[in-house]
Amino acid sequence: MIGINLDYLANMEHIVIIGNGIAGITCARHIRKNSDAKITVISAESDYFFSRTALMYVYMGHMKWNHLKPYEDWFWEKNRIDLKKAWVDTIDFEGKTLHFSSEETMSYDKLVLATGSVYNKFGWEGQDLEGVQGLVSKQDLELLEKNTQTCQKAVIIGGGLIGVELAEMLNTRNIEVTFLIREEAFWHNVLPIQDAKLISKHIRSHGVDLREETELDRIIGNQDGKVTSIITNSGEEIECQLVGLCTGVRPNIDFLADSALETDKGILVDEFLQTNIKDVFAIGDCAQVKQPLPHRKPIEAVWYAGRMMGETLAQTLTGNTMKYKPGNWFNSAKFFDIEYQTYGNVSAQPGDNEMHFHWQHKDNTKAITIAFDANSNKFLGINTFGIRMRHAIFDQWLNENRKIDHVLANLKQANFDPEFYTQHEKEIFKSFKENLQKV
Amino acid sequence: MSKIEHNMSLTPEAATKLSTRQKLASGIGLVGLFILVLAIANVNFPNKPLFLSLSLGLIALGTVIFANDLYLGKHAGIKNDGVWFKSLSGRGFWAWVLGIVLTLFYVVLYWFPQYLGLNADGQNTGIISLFDPLSKLISGNPASQWFVYGTLYTLAILAFGYKFILKYRNNRYEVIRTFSVMFFQLGFAFLIPEILIRLNQPYYNPANIWPLNYDLFTDYKINEFLSAGNVGVIMLVFGLISIFVITPILTYKYGKRWYCSWVCGCGGLAETAGDPYRQLSDKSQHAWKIERWVIHSVLVFVTVMTIAVLYSFLGDSANDFWLTKDAFLWGTAGFLTLLFAVIMIFKRKELAKDAKYGAIGYLVVILSIICINYFSGNGNIFFFGGYQLREWYGFLIGAAFSGVIGVGFYPIFGSRVWCRYGCPMAAILGMQQRLFSRFRITTNGGQCISCGNCSTYCEMGIDVRAYAQKGENIVRSSCVGCGICSAVCPRGVLKLENDDMEGRINSEEVLLGNDVNLMDLVNQKSK
Repeated sequence: MIGINLDYLANMEHIVIIGNGIAGITCARHIRKNSDAKITVISAESDYFFSRTALMYVYMGHMKWNHLKPYEDWFWEKNRIDLKKAWVDTIDFEGKTLHFSSEETMSYDKLVLATGSVYNKFGWEGQDLEGVQGLVSKQDLELLEKNTQTCQKAVIIGGGLIGVELAEMLNTRNIEVTFLIREEAFWHNVLPIQDAKLISKHIRSHGVDLREETELDRIIGNQDGKVTSIITNSGEEIECQLVGLCTGVRPNIDFLADSALETDKGILVDEFLQTNIKDVFAIGDCAQVKQPLPHRKPIEAVWYAGRMMGETLAQTLTGNTMKYKPGNWFNSAKFFDIEYQTYGNVSAQPGDNEMHFHWQHKDNTKAITIAFDANSNKFLGINTFGIRMRHAIFDQWLNENRKIDHVLANLKQANFDPEFYTQHEKEIFKSFKENLQKV
Repeated sequence: MSKIEHNMSLTPEAATKLSTRQKLASGIGLVGLFILVLAIANVNFPNKPLFLSLSLGLIALGTVIFANDLYLGKHAGIKNDGVWFKSLSGRGFWAWVLGIVLTLFYVVLYWFPQYLGLNADGQNTGIISLFDPLSKLISGNPASQWFVYGTLYTLAILAFGYKFILKYRNNRYEVIRTFSVMFFQLGFAFLIPEILIRLNQPYYNPANIWPLNYDLFTDYKINEFLSAGNVGVIMLVFGLISIFVITPILTYKYGKRWYCSWVCGCGGLAETAGDPYRQLSDKSQHAWKIERWVIHSVLVFVTVMTIAVLYSFLGDSANDFWLTKDAFLWGTAGFLTLLFAVIMIFKRKELAKDAKYGAIGYLVVILSIICINYFSGNGNIFFFGGYQLREWYGFLIGAAFSGVIGVGFYPIFGSRVWCRYGCPMAAILGMQQRLFSRFRITTNGGQCISCGNCSTYCEMGIDVRAYAQKGENIVRSSCVGCGICSAVCPRGVLKLENDDMEGRINSEEVLLGNDVNLMDLVNQKSK
C-alpha cells in the first residue's frame, strides 16, 4: 500500500489522558498494546514520564534527572503516544473539548483523568511564606533545591512516607531536621506500635530531632516573607529556614470544581473507573472508588494502585470492558536504611479479632509483625522490616487462606534477601512458640 | 529547561566536602604516589626497599584512613550520597584529569617502557628499579614494567577492596565476593606466577583463562609449557580444561559471575578501584546494540587468531605429533559448526532475530577464512601469518582496548567498558549464561517502583528497571552478577539466584497484587 489511508486516520478514536504519572502512562502503554487509537498524554509538569518515587534520589545526588525516566525519549514517538506539555484550565464535557491555559483547545473522544495528588495545607498561619513547601512534583523538587541553598535548619510537619524521605534528603545536605509527628510513634496511623517505635528509634539514630505527639500551630516569617521559625501546639518556637509540609496528599482536582463531574475528595468512579460523565474516566491518586472492595480504600495514593488502574482501564478503553479488582494489598517503603514491605493487612490498632506476633532483632534494624485471626488463626498480613520477602509466596498464602502456623513454618520459602545473608527464620519460629506458651 | 534537568551548576557543598581527616588521608596517599612520580622522573632513591615500602604503604594507609572516615561510625547501608555532585565520580573536571593521567600511564606502559626505566641492556632505572627489591624478593629477578604494573594493580584491588567492603558491609554477598577477588588477585594473578618463575617454571596464572589470556595457546607459550616437563603439561591441560570443562560447569551452576565478579582480575579492578565510576555506564538501547556487535567481533577475532597461530605452530606429518595442521583445522571447523548447530536446534526460540543473523554471519566468516586458507595453501589464514594476526590482536585488543580504553577511561565511561564491549571471555560466558545457566536476577512480584537505582548503578549498562517494572526476571548475557542492583534497590525487588532453568525467563508481565484475570489477559495478548 502506498501512502496513508486518510479516512482511517480521520475516524481514529482520540483518547486523551491528562497526567503523565504512572497511572496515565501505564494506561497509554496498554491502550497502544491493544489498539491503534490516537493517544495524547498531557502534562504541565514534565516533558517525559518520570518516576515520582525517585525524586529524592536526584536531590541526594544518587541519580540525575535523566535516570528517573523509565523509557528513553524515543519510546513515545515509536509507540505513537503524543506528548503535550500544557496546562488544562477547564474541560468542556459537553463539547468534549479541553481548554488550555495557552488558550489552545483540544477535542477528545474519550478522556482519562490521571491528575494525581497535591500536598495538603490545613490553613496554618504562615503556610504560604517562602520556604514553606511540600514535596510531590518536579517543581517542588526544584523549589526545594532553591529553598535549601543557604538553609541550616528545617522543620518537617507530618510523619508519613514523604516526611521521612524529606528528612533523609535534608540530612545528606547537613541540614538540621526537627520532625514533628502527631502520633506517639512514626506512622502509627498505619504501623502497629512496636513497628512504629522501631522506625522512630531508627530515625533518631540518624540525628533527626523527632518530636512525637507534636503538631504545628503556626509558621512565623520575617518582613521579606521568608520563614524564620514555627510554633508548636505546646507553644515551643523552633527556628528554621525551611518547613516541609508532609501531612499527606489529596486528589488534584481543584480545576474540576464547579463542573458537571461528580467529585467528593477525589473524582468519583464506579467499578469500571468510569465517572458520572460518559467517556470520562479517572485513575490513580485523583480517583475515588465509590464502592471499594472490602480490603481496599476508596483513595489509594500509591504507585502500585495507579499502575493497576491504568492497566485495567486500558482494557476497558480497547473494547474489553473490565472491572477494577485489585488483589491482596501490598506496599513498600524505605525509612533511611530500613526497608519495609507489607503483604495483606496488618492493622495499626488491631481489634479483638486480630492478633499480632512481633519479632525484633536485637540490632534494631530487622523486625516482622504478622497479623492473624484470633479465632481461626488465619494469616491476615505481614509487615517486614530489614528482611526482604517474596511477593509471590505471600500472595499465594493469602489466597489460600493459610494459617499463621503454616506461614511461620515455611517462612524460609518467602525469604528474598541476597545470598549469604544471615537468616532469622529459626529464631522467629522459636520466638513464636515461646510466646504462644506464655499466653 | 529547568535546573534539575541540567544541574551541573548545583553542587551542594555539604554533600561533596571532604572532612579534615579525609583531606589528611588524601595527603598521605598522594605523598606515596609522589614518591612513584619522583621515581619516574629518575630520582634515584638511596634505600630502595625503604622508599618502595614507604610509597606503597602510604598509598594503602591513605586509602584505609579515608575509607574508615567515610564509612565507619555511620550506619551500614547504601552510600551513594552526592555521587553525581562530586567532580571525580560525576564526570567533572577531576574525572577528566584522572582519565587523561591513567590513559597516558597505559600508553607509556605498553609502548614506551623505556620512560619507566626499562633498559634493553643494562640495569633498570627509574620507577622500575624502585621495584627491583620486591621483584627479587618474590621471583629472584629484577623487575619489569609488568611487575611494576602488577604490583600497583594488586595494591589497588586490595586497598580499594577494603574501601568497598566497608561501603557495602551491610551486604554479605558483596563482602564475600570482594574477599574473593582480592584473594585471586593477590594469590593467583600476582604471587603464584612470580613464585613459579623463582622455581624455574613457566609464568602461569591458573585463573587467567583463554581467550582473555590470548597468549595461552601461542607457540612460545606452548614451547615453554612443553619444555617444562610434567608441570608444564599440567598447566597446558589445565588451560584446556578451564575453558572447555570447568567454565561451562560453573557457568551453568552460578552464571558468569563466578568468573567475572569473583575471580577475574579485570573484574576485580572494576569492582574495587572502579566502583566509584560504575554509574557512568551508558544505559541506552543504542549502546546495547553496539556492545553486542563489538564484543562478539572480538571473540571471532581471538578465535581466528588462535586458530591461525596454532595452525602455523603444528606440523604437517602425523609422525611428529598426533595433531596435524589439517586435523586441527578441520577439527576446529567441525567443533564450531557443531556448537552452532546445537544452539540453533535447541535454543533458536530464545534468540532474537539479529542474534541469529549475527551467529550465522560469524560462523560463515570463520569457516570461509578456514577454507580460503586451506584451498589457497599459502599457510596463512586470512592472508596474514598467524603471528602478524597475534601482534595486531595484542596491539588493538590486548593493549589499546583492555588497557588504555578499558581502565584509562574509568572516570568517563564507567568501570566495565572492557568487560562489556571487549572481553571475549565475557562473550563466551555470556552466551552460555543467556542460553544455558541456572542464574537469573529474580524480580519480586509487583514491588518495583521504577525508581531507576538499579539501572543507574549497573556497571554493565543493563537497563535493569526495564525488566523489573514489568515483573520480568533479568537474564542478560552481559550481567556479571556483581549484585549491586539488588543492593541499591530501596524496595527489595531484585535477588540474584541460581534455580531451575524452567521458568527462568518469564517474558510475561506478572505484576502481582493485580487482578489475576487481568494479568492472564495481558499475557495472552502479548503472546
